[in-house]
Amino acid sequence: MTELKLQRPRSQWADVWAQFRHHKGAMAALVLLVVLMTFVLIGPLVWRIDPNFIEPNTAKMFKLRNLGPSWAHPLGTDQLGRDMLARMMFGGRISLAVGAVAMMVALFIGTTIGVLAGYFRRLDSWLMRLTDLFLALPLLPLLLVMMFLFRDAIAGVLGPRLGTFILIVTAIGVTSWMQAARVVRGEVLALKEREFVLAAKSIGTPASRIILRHILTNVLSPVLVAATLGIAAAIITESVLSFLGLGFPPDFPTWGRLLFDGIDSIRTYPQRIIWPGVAISLTVLAVNYIGDGLRDALDPRVRGR
Amino acid sequence: MLTYTLRRLLTAIPTLLLISLVIFLLVDLAPGSPLSEIPLTVPPEVRQKMMAAMGADQPVMVRYVLWLKQFFWIEPQYLIDYWFGTDFAQGAQRIISWQSKAPAFQIIGERLPQTLTVVGTAYFIGILIALPIGIYSAFRQYSWFDQAGTFFAMAGFSVPTFFTGNVLIMIFAVKLGWFPTIYDTQLRVTDWASFYKMIMQMALPVTVLALFNAAEISRYTRSSVLENLNQDYVRTARAKGMGEATVLLKHVLRNSLIPVVTVIALGMPTVFGGAIVTENIFKINGIGAALIGAIHVSDLPLIQTITFIFAVLIVLFNLIADILYGILDPRIRYD
Amino acid sequence: MKLKSALLGAAAAFVLAPAAHAERGSDGDVKILYYQAVSTLNAYLSSGTKDVEAGSLVLEPLAGFDQDGNLFPRLVESIPTVENGGVAADLTSITWKLKPGLLWSDGTPLTSADVKFTWEYCTADGGGCAQGAKYEGVKSVDTPDDLTVVVNFEGPKPYPYQPFTGGTAPILQKAQFANCLGAAASTCTEQNSKPIGTGPFMVTDFKVNDVVTMAANPNYRDPAKPAFATVTLKGGGDALAAASAVMETGEFDYAWNTQINPEQQTQMEAGGKGKFVNAFGTLVERIEINMTDPSADLAEGERSTIKHPHPILSEPKVRAALSMAIDRQALVDVGYGGAARPTCNLVPAPAYQASDNTGCLTQDIEGAKKLLAEAGWTDSDGDGIVDKDGKKLTIVYQTTVNPVRQDFQALVKGWWNEIGVEVELKSIDPGVFFGGDAASPDTFQKFYADVEMYANNFDGTDAEPYMAQYLCDKIPGPDNQWQGENVNRFCDPAYDAMAKELSTTNGIEARGALVKKMNDALTKDSNVIIPLADRGRFSAQSNALGGFVMNSWDAELWNAQDWYRVK
Repeated sequence: MTELKLQRPRSQWADVWAQFRHHKGAMAALVLLVVLMTFVLIGPLVWRIDPNFIEPNTAKMFKLRNLGPSWAHPLGTDQLGRDMLARMMFGGRISLAVGAVAMMVALFIGTTIGVLAGYFRRLDSWLMRLTDLFLALPLLPLLLVMMFLFRDAIAGVLGPRLGTFILIVTAIGVTSWMQAARVVRGEVLALKEREFVLAAKSIGTPASRIILRHILTNVLSPVLVAATLGIAAAIITESVLSFLGLGFPPDFPTWGRLLFDGIDSIRTYPQRIIWPGVAISLTVLAVNYIGDGLRDALDPRVRGR
Repeated sequence: MLTYTLRRLLTAIPTLLLISLVIFLLVDLAPGSPLSEIPLTVPPEVRQKMMAAMGADQPVMVRYVLWLKQFFWIEPQYLIDYWFGTDFAQGAQRIISWQSKAPAFQIIGERLPQTLTVVGTAYFIGILIALPIGIYSAFRQYSWFDQAGTFFAMAGFSVPTFFTGNVLIMIFAVKLGWFPTIYDTQLRVTDWASFYKMIMQMALPVTVLALFNAAEISRYTRSSVLENLNQDYVRTARAKGMGEATVLLKHVLRNSLIPVVTVIALGMPTVFGGAIVTENIFKINGIGAALIGAIHVSDLPLIQTITFIFAVLIVLFNLIADILYGILDPRIRYD
Repeated sequence: MKLKSALLGAAAAFVLAPAAHAERGSDGDVKILYYQAVSTLNAYLSSGTKDVEAGSLVLEPLAGFDQDGNLFPRLVESIPTVENGGVAADLTSITWKLKPGLLWSDGTPLTSADVKFTWEYCTADGGGCAQGAKYEGVKSVDTPDDLTVVVNFEGPKPYPYQPFTGGTAPILQKAQFANCLGAAASTCTEQNSKPIGTGPFMVTDFKVNDVVTMAANPNYRDPAKPAFATVTLKGGGDALAAASAVMETGEFDYAWNTQINPEQQTQMEAGGKGKFVNAFGTLVERIEINMTDPSADLAEGERSTIKHPHPILSEPKVRAALSMAIDRQALVDVGYGGAARPTCNLVPAPAYQASDNTGCLTQDIEGAKKLLAEAGWTDSDGDGIVDKDGKKLTIVYQTTVNPVRQDFQALVKGWWNEIGVEVELKSIDPGVFFGGDAASPDTFQKFYADVEMYANNFDGTDAEPYMAQYLCDKIPGPDNQWQGENVNRFCDPAYDAMAKELSTTNGIEARGALVKKMNDALTKDSNVIIPLADRGRFSAQSNALGGFVMNSWDAELWNAQDWYRVK
């Protein structure tokens, strides 16, 4: 008996990964994102200065204020002598987490509503009017009301830290899905009249299967754009929320908040807006390139070209 | 398509009424009070009298019905009186801002010109820049042009307008002194000199807003064109021997426009609604600044009026987008 | 050479004495920037200080306050006193004599009827007059003749100068506002935005919350004034941009309330285009201590009410320790620079009623630790936080969203951590915090925190109504919809007795001594209020603007008639 050696068929995901690796920009972006994640996750274990530490001795504190970069403080210090590197690391954790989770919440809601509205004509009218309603609501009072109604309730169940986090990402997600929904619906309206969908329908494929297999894969491209833009918007929105006293407590630095605070000293200490500004931009750029690479890798027509 | 449009216009009425109610309840429920900027030296008894004079102590539904009546019945009468010199309104109570005691529509009227000029110009320029960049970046994917375009678009979007606005003011207005930092809403363009002044004071805010809008629109354009470049019909067109320019502009562009139209239509109401941050940084005092100012002091009549007009525009432009879908892609049918 | 020096001499002479040569309207346009835009020019319907300020260019009270806080006559011949017979010996009435020949800007004469009408306007039912407190206790206003106004009070009024004085209580023209009484007040858009006044300027155009343009009043009582022909009063932006428009780009002559951080102050002043001007009044940034228990475990309606005294902060030694741990000079240096100075008093001015406490100005961390230990708070488990009966000393510290206040929070938290107190920070949108919405948990009156920080002051120079805020019956609670000024829930019969005594005491010295005692009772003796900094008014003035005198007792634009262009 000779043993037959069958080569396992390559899975679809291995194919995607192989294609993704060819995309130089995406690979560089992936490395960059990993570096950023390391910076904020592992960084604080190495650089052990408390981001909120203020020298209690006032005379010493005054000498530590507004310093430029040095070995003791590689990114300098702020107006109260707090270490900027530690603040950037600590702030990055929150900003990245909020950006990613809030973006996913928004995308999930937006894509679901967009696909359902585009595909099922009966739902279209209702869902799009709901979208109109959310577009029309003034953001600030909406957020104020959400915080006012749910802050204490959620904090009671999940504790103040996690409660605030969940509330903030939900608030950002719930108020920023409309654009994705409108864009996806527009695409779906066109897609569902295309030949391959008609073909699938004609052989009796159930709607859920058509949506999952045919529609979703084809609206990926605008969804990925919405995702990259969404991360940036979420990070900035979080800073606005914190700035308005609706977000994390004031001694919780985030990148957006550092950027906001830095504007006040743009004339005297411009470096203080450069660090958070660069960090946010790098994150968004990285996510964008990864999105580009993913789209190419997932598109069978491009794959293998 | 015509019946569809008519049906949509009819359903828009209950939709808008519902939206107006939701906004009203939302703003009313939000914590905050129209007296938050009154100095603390004013004692509580006086504060209560002030609330009563505004009518802010009435039950919420009473105030809502009053607002509906004022918005749909009294204000149009004032408009007709203003146009034709008639006297239908006979001094009936208009929608009056709690903060300034001025009619809400007078405030909107004072502010619309500068918002339309600045935000409108910026949006128009933004689209003009974004479309060619988006199309060309997709056509020459991963070229230097594309990489640079991607970088600037993402930088433009990831850096908020409060940052770019302040940096531009810092460099070009404060250090170099080329542009004014404060927008003069009194300026009327009557001759070349005043036209030049207008251009100068519009330059910085328009740049900031156009950059932001262009970043977003160009990303959607690029991704949509890319998607279509890989379609079979493009291969067919090329195989038939069509020139690249014809393929790109005649076939691909038209099919790529659906997401772009959606995004542009979503942005159009903001041309009327103003840009809150930019208006504030450049002291343009347009609709956006009026709205945020009203929100800060819980000026319910003014918030309600501005947001409702905004809602009407959103419904209207989304309808226009839906009609455009049908024109761009005749396969899309609503009936 | 000779010609040049002659020219220089002439130029110098011109610069030195421009006011003497000025005639009305000879100096062109003066540009004023208020970053909080003006909503109305009628002080009685104002929605904030900025409206009163702008209105003061047009409307005038009978008497105003000068830069030292002294009353000076504007529309009257002299300030009535008991000595000159203007104030009745029993303190129940005051008689004002108008200057003869005064005209409104429309050319009609100002009479005592206008003054009486102003009182009727502000006290009319349904008018929602914002300055109602100015006319409290007024029984009637009599007008024996066109130039005499007699204000009768319901009882003896030791300080009879509240009605018709200062920028918050200007005189309105009866002819213009006759149809705007009561509920009609808010419908008089034209009148409220273009009031006819007796001041140096009159309104030519008014854009709500944007820009006001004014021209010199042709009927102003001094024919040589004002020197400026027109005023442009623009609104919008923020304090930093406002300061920059005066100090860096020179687009404006004067910017109001340019509270920016000390480094920026120094840098902008170095530019040499203008200077920051300040004047100290009665605005004090303070930490208020909650004497009741704000714990979330208590039921709604019980929380932060007098039913439950604060478990930790009711102990005076703990409050004293919190105060001692603060370095007030450091706070001022970080947050305000020239715009504030450290203080230990609730009433920092005027001199006759300001206590001279300086004990709190030196920080004493060790002393604070000792006090905590005496009160039984020691760090028994070595985690750096003091405890007593197994409970840790944790404090929730809330304030409004404001960069300076967040810096203060961070610094104070650091010092309190140092003495073993754990601090949780909270910042709240000012619209919510000061809004007084009974439904919101985040208002300063509800005080669902252990300590809170904000600033407060009083109108004019007399501190009586201010001190009366801390009476037992002014404690906010569910029965009065949380509307009360005694946010600390401080209640002391001895203090109430002093307040009662003050309301009947006559004579500036005696009143001053009482206010000092009451101030000490709240601050030094009990530490229920921990004053931090005495905040002055802080504005930017261009070098091209002359004649400006900063005033913290009245509107900042109080002497606009004397302004001129420095050429």
